[in-house]
Amino acid sequence: MVVEVVVIGVLAGMLAGMLGVGGGALFVPALVTVVGLSQVDAEATSLLAIVPVALVGAWRQHRYGNLRIREGVIVGALAVPGAVSGVALVNALPARAVELSFAGLQLYVAYRLLRAARRPAIGHAS
Amino acid sequence: MWQSDDRAYDGGMERRRLLLLAACGTAAGLFSGLFGVGGGTVIVPLLILWLGYGEREATGTSLAAIAIIAATAAVAHGAYGNLHVRDGLLIGLPAVAGVIAGTALQQRVRPEAVSVVFALLLVASAVDLVVR
Repeated sequence: MVVEVVVIGVLAGMLAGMLGVGGGALFVPALVTVVGLSQVDAEATSLLAIVPVALVGAWRQHRYGNLRIREGVIVGALAVPGAVSGVALVNALPARAVELSFAGLQLYVAYRLLRAARRPAIGHAS
Repeated sequence: MWQSDDRAYDGGMERRRLLLLAACGTAAGLFSGLFGVGGGTVIVPLLILWLGYGEREATGTSLAAIAIIAATAAVAHGAYGNLHVRDGLLIGLPAVAGVIAGTALQQRVRPEAVSVVFALLLVASAVDLVVR
């Protein structure tokens, strides 16, 4: 169990660094299927695991010149009410409808990103 | 080069930008609390599509926001008694090594490739939500 968790942890961290995410998309299923936590406990524990990953990742990206610290802190600080509400909701509601609507949203965003990637002049100026 | 943080805005532009950052943060926070993720799947595309960020810059800035969001959400979950600290460290500390490798690797690939890989991640995540 420990070996699987460590390997998935390293992979999730690489994904986090490449894509600017926390790694929770891999942490949560790993904590459910390998460790045997419930869905909500896995989500809570995933959030705890994300903290050091995001801190070190942000520090590395700062060294590479890819961090706008002021706007990053603004987004994070303004996310606090949403995060606390989300935690309260997931502890109270059946999550199926929310899961499906978010899946639809993700597909739409993926479509927008693929279109943006085909026009590389937009979004960055390297 | 990347746009710097301190370029001049007029008041209306600055206010509009702040509203977009607030919308981005609120959506990311809800997503994070509901699904136990950092919210980067919300933040990165919105920084690129709404706020004119380059891909690497969006991913770097997203990580800073995630540190704050995940810490808050973890504390809130702690109040419900859902945290397994030992398991969190067991998976999170190896991931710190992974994130150092991932950010280094990211500097060597074309920025558009990051967008395409990210889009694929979103599709995979959406499929996972539907079939769960």
